[in-house]
Amino acid sequence: MKALAARRHHRAAPVVLLLMALLAVGGVYAAFAPSPAQAATASTADIETGKKLFQANCATCHGPSAEGTDIAPSLVGVGAAAVDFQVSTGRMPMAMDGPQAPAKPPQMNEEQTAALAAYVASLGAGPAIPTDDQVDPTQGDAAEGMALFRTNCAMCHNAVGAGGALSSGKAAPSLMNTSDRNIFQAMETGPGPMPVFNDAVITAEGKRDIIAFLTEQDKGSAGGNPLGGLGPVAEGLWAWVLGLAVMIGGAVWIGAKSS
Amino acid sequence: MSTTASNPKDLKKYTDPKTPAGKAADYLDQRTSIGVAVKEFARKVFPDHWSFMLGEIALFSFVVLLITGVFLALFFQPSMALVRWEGDLPQLHGQLMSAAFASTLDLSFEVRGGLLMRQIHHWSALIFMASIVVHMLRVFFTGAFRKPRELNWLVGMTLMILGLAAGFSGYSLPDDVLSGNGLRITDGVVKSIPIIGSYMSYFIFGGEFPGEHIVARLFTVHILLVPGLILALIGLHLFLMVLHKHTQYPGGGRTDKNVVGFPAFPVYVAKMGGNFFFIFGVLALMGATLSINSVWNYGPYDPSPVSAGAQPDWYMLFLEGSLRLMPGQAEIVTWGDFTLSLNVLIPAVVIPGLLFTFLLAYPFLEAKVTGDRREHHVLDRPRNVPVRTGLGVAFLTAFVILALAGSNDLIATHFHLSINAITWVFRVLLFVGPWFTFQVTKRICLGLQRKDRELVLHGHESGRIVRFASGEYVEVHTPLSDQERWLRVNYEATRPLELAPAADARGVKRKGYASEKRWHQLSRFFYEDRVEPVTPTELAAAHTTHDALAAADERGGELATASSHSADLER
Amino acid sequence: MSDSKTPSTEIGPVDGSELATTDRFADPGVPEHKPRLTDTDPKAAARSERIVTILFVLSVLGTIGSLVAYFAVRPDGTVPGVRASTLWLGVTLAISLLGIGFAAIHWAKSLMSNREYVDERHPIPSSPEVREVAVVALQQGVEDSGIARRGVLKGAMLGSLALFPLAVAVPLISSVGDDWNVSKFRHTLWRKGMRLATDPDGRPLKAADLTVGSVAHMMPDVSTEVRESGEWISEKAKAVILLVKLDPEDIRSEQRPGSSYDGIVAYSKICTHVGCPVALYDQQTHHLLCPCHQSTFDVADGAKVVFGPAKRPLPQLPISVDDEGYLIAEDDFAEPIGPSYWERLR
Repeated sequence: MKALAARRHHRAAPVVLLLMALLAVGGVYAAFAPSPAQAATASTADIETGKKLFQANCATCHGPSAEGTDIAPSLVGVGAAAVDFQVSTGRMPMAMDGPQAPAKPPQMNEEQTAALAAYVASLGAGPAIPTDDQVDPTQGDAAEGMALFRTNCAMCHNAVGAGGALSSGKAAPSLMNTSDRNIFQAMETGPGPMPVFNDAVITAEGKRDIIAFLTEQDKGSAGGNPLGGLGPVAEGLWAWVLGLAVMIGGAVWIGAKSS
Repeated sequence: MSTTASNPKDLKKYTDPKTPAGKAADYLDQRTSIGVAVKEFARKVFPDHWSFMLGEIALFSFVVLLITGVFLALFFQPSMALVRWEGDLPQLHGQLMSAAFASTLDLSFEVRGGLLMRQIHHWSALIFMASIVVHMLRVFFTGAFRKPRELNWLVGMTLMILGLAAGFSGYSLPDDVLSGNGLRITDGVVKSIPIIGSYMSYFIFGGEFPGEHIVARLFTVHILLVPGLILALIGLHLFLMVLHKHTQYPGGGRTDKNVVGFPAFPVYVAKMGGNFFFIFGVLALMGATLSINSVWNYGPYDPSPVSAGAQPDWYMLFLEGSLRLMPGQAEIVTWGDFTLSLNVLIPAVVIPGLLFTFLLAYPFLEAKVTGDRREHHVLDRPRNVPVRTGLGVAFLTAFVILALAGSNDLIATHFHLSINAITWVFRVLLFVGPWFTFQVTKRICLGLQRKDRELVLHGHESGRIVRFASGEYVEVHTPLSDQERWLRVNYEATRPLELAPAADARGVKRKGYASEKRWHQLSRFFYEDRVEPVTPTELAAAHTTHDALAAADERGGELATASSHSADLER
Repeated sequence: MSDSKTPSTEIGPVDGSELATTDRFADPGVPEHKPRLTDTDPKAAARSERIVTILFVLSVLGTIGSLVAYFAVRPDGTVPGVRASTLWLGVTLAISLLGIGFAAIHWAKSLMSNREYVDERHPIPSSPEVREVAVVALQQGVEDSGIARRGVLKGAMLGSLALFPLAVAVPLISSVGDDWNVSKFRHTLWRKGMRLATDPDGRPLKAADLTVGSVAHMMPDVSTEVRESGEWISEKAKAVILLVKLDPEDIRSEQRPGSSYDGIVAYSKICTHVGCPVALYDQQTHHLLCPCHQSTFDVADGAKVVFGPAKRPLPQLPISVDDEGYLIAEDDFAEPIGPSYWERLR
């Protein structure tokens, strides 16, 4: 505190105070903000709000009643899960046209997302947003999950979910920072180039097992730094730029004339 | 440098030793005449340079491979029998897998220090191949492969190929999905070989891919055949090195007839021994902190899955890239409905064949176009042999482009590019890149040689500006020291072979003229562009100019000749 | 002098090459030895000695540390436990090794003499006298053996030496290839009526279960005992397929009756290039990409190659449904799956 007192009259003090205040307000808001589980039950009011949001943000491409246009698919029957995935990962609304919609900071808050999802769900039956139980990694079997993951997912998303390339500039994103809910939704709805893995192809328990396997990866690698989980190319690069470079440095030291 | 003990009393000390060490030495010498070897080698002189230690990195990482490999072999089970793994790792607990994969998991997770040894072993393998490559580059660019070392170059090449075999066979042992797909690619390449391909596949796998034998077979290859051959050839490689005595870089007092450097004992014993511990230490640090080939992420081999980023270890990447770049249209069906998979044969057999043939044949090719049968023990500065240096860089460019092509999916994701576009760029670059780097390197070498000439003729820039009475400013240059000059003038600018006329004096056409003419053309390609070293006469001529300048400077008078000599001066 | 416009062909003495061979600088000899700080200053030498000693002691501490780490940090089979054990053992081992390494090198560099010596090189070829004796020795040996005179004996010897490797090579080579029946490449486990089961959990799948845009990795529906037998892996390596449900309107290739069912198509998962599992399906473009070498197949157009090193389309497995609505195979593949080989079409 002494140090703080000594700096009380520092010029930056007001800025720091302002930042602290903002952080405090943000923290309080975060603590009391409605969680998606609480907002799961859709009311008529939500649907109305969602419709307005849709008209303002989505209708340009998806059509005024979400029936689809030449540039964007119909959203009738895609379900709340698809909307929640696309909007909460920031993929929709799209910023600009490209090979695929990239993830970015979400443009809508959780309430708005829930309202949009409720509206689209009201247009036709589709996959619902999964419950917390459905995506709970502690209830899944990581071994079953790994077996499913490596047959169905690893070829695009890499063995540990680090992501990988698809053709023509598309890419399967890294799953390392994707929420359990979004992983479930992606499998169920098949966003963008990704195929659909409905409950017949990978059962709901299977999906939870996959989430459990991915959660295991949070423990990191038993061998130390995982080098991005990218495999032999990354390892080769490290062997050259770190290992061999240090050894050549050693050789230069050994060979240098001492003064 | 041998010092003889001329005093008979001193000699007696050696023939009738009293100390325990002396007695032990006497015991040994009476049975092995080891004294001769000690006399010969203890104070043998080796030249010192950091680049002479690149091969040492390879040697010592091989020793580390042997040490850690023995550890691993004690715990690894080379069997494809299916077992259910009951270890603690949640993602594989209770899964059915081969004993090879299960024992790899056990030695990583249950054996104390097992994972450390595995990781040191794998890092050492990557460094082993990398150091072989840089060692070869050093030998190539400095011309150390010239007579009498051509055969040792071949031994080294064979060692490199054996290194590839050792790496590949070891990489496949844990029987995981990644290496299993590597084996499947190998199977596909083998099947593409005309006529005998299918049978070779059966020969390797003991039936259809993958069968139940391949891990045990690769194990024998990996721990017996290949390391045995590598050890024997390392012995031959080092024996020839000692026999030839090491090459040395050019410099004052260093000729093809002597070797200048430090004695083996104690300087090199300490430096080499220290280097071994240093290299082992770095490898231990890498094994301790950087995970490598975490097979539990890939899972036990199953022919159905594959993961993104499916690549071999770096030294096989060029083959992977070569396979990726080849367009598929090359597969053809020949007469009699036989399939000729040129889309696989060209990238997997022809291209590596060309690369290795170039390396194998180069020393003999260069000797032929140089028309040189002398021994060479003083190394070339790369700039003084522009075409060789250019060819080496072109070769390296092709190798790097192929390796990058083998990583094109990672390039695509990390730089947000289209994989199809990258593939096309590399297809073009594979042909244009080496040509371009050859031209650029050759020009840079010639430019550096000219810079050397300038430096020898006119000395260093001193930073002292002198103004003449005429108003002209010149910078005074300080001449090079004898050592500095010697480094820059002590080389031969080889000239192309002379071609004897097609017909002899009596007008009879000579036999073999056409082939001679082709060699002569190749020789011209090598040595047409060259920069001759400065001669004393030229230097004297340059000095006359300088002296005139200096004299004029002293007189402070007008310098009539200044403009005509201005080319000599840095203005 | 080096005018950049003139070609570099002949830069050098204009007087001709005769001069160039004689007109050379003289070798200035080995540069004079310059003493180091440790050679002249006893204090610097003592300091170096101290550093070397400390480094050796550090190595001893590292060794002790590694023993402590071995007994104290036990891996418990979990990821963090193994990581800690690996880290501690490795770092202490590295200290133990690097201590010795740095000490020895520093000792050599700072305290051992760095005076350069000159050794003469001896000619590598043996002297003419030695060669003569060698040739005579060989001639005498040949003479003694009488091989030149005894032609039949020579032939018999060479013949036996040339043939004996066969006695080892033939059993070896012919035994390692199993039954050499390479026609097995042509057939897979698929039979008419065999159900398709999901990989890896082995559930049969109903056609009605699949939605447009779905992809399922399938294998033959066999018993668990078969799936846990040693031979299964080689059969699975040929039989795995990829099942894709398309909008029937999107299918451009002609589908013979009984080859696809209600927009559901099944293709071999094994690449026709060198045999990687082709599995990256893009439901927007219907392209199937191989992650190994990027061969791209168009599932909507008979799995024809649209990019990359493969030439042939993926073989299609004809499918339909049984009475209960489960997907079944109609037949085996019409052609060998996987990479091309010489006698593939015979």
